[in-house]
Amino acid sequence: MKGSKPTGGPARRSLMRLSGLMKKEAHQIVRDPSSIAIAFVLPVILLILFGYGVSLDAEHVPIAIVVEHAGTETAGFVAGFQGSRYFSPRIMNTIQMAEKALMRREVDGIVWLRGNFAREMLGPGPASIGVIVNGMDANQARIIEGYVTGVWSTWQERLALERGSPLEIPVAVEQRIWFNAEMRSRNFLVPGLIAIIMTLTGALLTAMVVAREWERGTMEALMVTPVRVQEILLGKIVPYFILGMGGMALSVAMAVWVFHVPFRGSYPVLFATAALFLLTALAMGLLISVVAKNQFVAGQIAIIATFLPAFILSGFLFDIGSMPKAVQFVTYIIAARYFVSILQTLFLAGDVWSVVAWNSMALGVMCVLFLLLVRRRMKKRLE
Amino acid sequence: MLRRIIALMIKEIIAIVADPKSRIVLIGPPIIQLLVFGYAATFDLEHVTYAVYNEDRGRASRDLLARLEASPNFHRIACVQSDREVRPLIDGRKVMAVVHIGPLFTENLLRGRPASLQVVVDGRNSNTAMIVLNYVRSIVTGFNRAWSEARGDAPAPADLRIRFWFNPNLDSRWFIVPGLVALLTLVVSLLLTALSVAREREAGTFDQMLATPLRPVEILIGKALPGFVIGMAEATFILLMAIFWFHVPFRGAILPLYLGLFMFLLSAVGAGLMISSLSVTQQQALLGTFLFLVPAIILSGFSTPIANMPPAVQYLTYLNPLRYFLIIVRSVFLEAASFDLLLNLYWPMAVIGVAALMTAGWLFRRRLY
Repeated sequence: MKGSKPTGGPARRSLMRLSGLMKKEAHQIVRDPSSIAIAFVLPVILLILFGYGVSLDAEHVPIAIVVEHAGTETAGFVAGFQGSRYFSPRIMNTIQMAEKALMRREVDGIVWLRGNFAREMLGPGPASIGVIVNGMDANQARIIEGYVTGVWSTWQERLALERGSPLEIPVAVEQRIWFNAEMRSRNFLVPGLIAIIMTLTGALLTAMVVAREWERGTMEALMVTPVRVQEILLGKIVPYFILGMGGMALSVAMAVWVFHVPFRGSYPVLFATAALFLLTALAMGLLISVVAKNQFVAGQIAIIATFLPAFILSGFLFDIGSMPKAVQFVTYIIAARYFVSILQTLFLAGDVWSVVAWNSMALGVMCVLFLLLVRRRMKKRLE
Repeated sequence: MLRRIIALMIKEIIAIVADPKSRIVLIGPPIIQLLVFGYAATFDLEHVTYAVYNEDRGRASRDLLARLEASPNFHRIACVQSDREVRPLIDGRKVMAVVHIGPLFTENLLRGRPASLQVVVDGRNSNTAMIVLNYVRSIVTGFNRAWSEARGDAPAPADLRIRFWFNPNLDSRWFIVPGLVALLTLVVSLLLTALSVAREREAGTFDQMLATPLRPVEILIGKALPGFVIGMAEATFILLMAIFWFHVPFRGAILPLYLGLFMFLLSAVGAGLMISSLSVTQQQALLGTFLFLVPAIILSGFSTPIANMPPAVQYLTYLNPLRYFLIIVRSVFLEAASFDLLLNLYWPMAVIGVAALMTAGWLFRRRLY
């Protein structure tokens, strides 16, 4: 019957098909709450766990202080450690005891004041203070080294003052740490975590849901309808995009109000770059599902290709500039890398256009590339 | 009973190995991840980019800057002439630090007045900022010592002699690569077992298996063993790579390590089966794997120390098998730890493993009848 044929131009018909598809997708989302859980519950749980779990601020480092011969000189030095919030010192009498504690992982380091410490202090040359740090965790060891050096130099200054001759240090280092003066690691880790969590959610949302349609054969059923391939793609992306943006907004709100990370950029820029990144993540998920065609493989690829690379290669924790050149090239194909940089800048530094523009451009290129690849793979399957 | 279990196990392994896609997922990613992450995951700054803003024309400032330049970790990429040029360099992440020397630097030094070196650091990553500052400070300390000696000033009353045990050059890779052994083994064994039952349930072959004389316990064991065997094989391969490719020193003994690996796989496979028995569809199984895996990695001490977490989160890490095995691998590698030092790390994993397997068995039976 001619009457049932949709009226209007091709654009209007396309729009009708699209809205029909989106309605179908929306119904599916509501019926199976797992995608709502992925979009909203997952980011909240992960952000809470990570926001509190990932920290590089070491405080109360357990340390053994060996005082072989206690005296006023040693007492002044030990007091420096006892007063510091970076250390929780344990006084021991012999180095053997301390070494045993280090082996048992009860302390991370040893400060060793030998029996002749006081005598050496009065002598012509400098007395020596032995310090042993467990170097297994190199980064932590370096942080502890910095703390010990800090305690030592304040002690020297105080000692010089007490002796009536202020310590003369030729050159003093005046440090100014921009954007994060109090050096809270959470301030840079939480924005990075948002990027990682959104990579996960975006890819999971589409990878699993679309792979399921392939597996059940409903994708083929969709393809024999007059719906065009790009309409199917759009119909898949738009609903999950809306879900994903909701998750993103939730994460940003938590970063600002729960974790008290300062936000110095502007919200329109944040919104635009977040939308771009989410599109890229969704497109990557679509690509995974189109390539894998079954949930088992799609899921494994989603886990392997998203979370760990985003965690390790995005510059969120490990400095990209220090990686070998070959690995640096690999990081260019990690979408999270660009968003981590954007988010850290927006949160801590503000709208720095040189950072935002370059990274957004890279994201845009990746997004288009993924979508084109998806489009090509989908066409092939129709043949 | 044993023959039935072995038959089931062989069937499972064939099912995994015969499917080319699952086979690739099993072999390719762990190798690629080990190589890429092994090189990427380092806290050592080898390429600190910095700019110099020197207003002083004297010899002392040149000496100090030459010391910075001589350090293999520092790469000067710009010299600026005014304050205004500093901000764009740091904002745009062109440099990590700007070193500023004022106009009176050399004069002050020569007259015995204190001089200062200003360092502006990009704090967007506070960890790298701290490392950069520590580098700069150690270079300035060296300069100060040389300057005082040249002038014949009295030396400081006490010196620090810092030594690092187990990792004298503080190479992050020695810490991260053994960690990857534990991490990648967990990913593979968990994925295998968690998805194995859900996949059969969706395909309908699980009901067929129930119709065979196999008992639920036997099905459970048959499903657990492949993850165990393949996990062992993967772990061994990654261990060999860590020793012979990455040259991480292996100072301990094989036996304490493999006892730990055994317990670890027990708990990983147990967790996988628990996820498997709880989920009806593969999507649920995958989500479950995710919800276990991601916190397990973050809260394990793999990348950031457990000691830095708030106490409540620290208690949570006691439930994480990865936490224990990470310490075992690293201690055996670097500290040559013996059985008695590791004893209190073995039993929590065994408890977690047995508890998870028993829960999985109970859930299986409840789902079956």
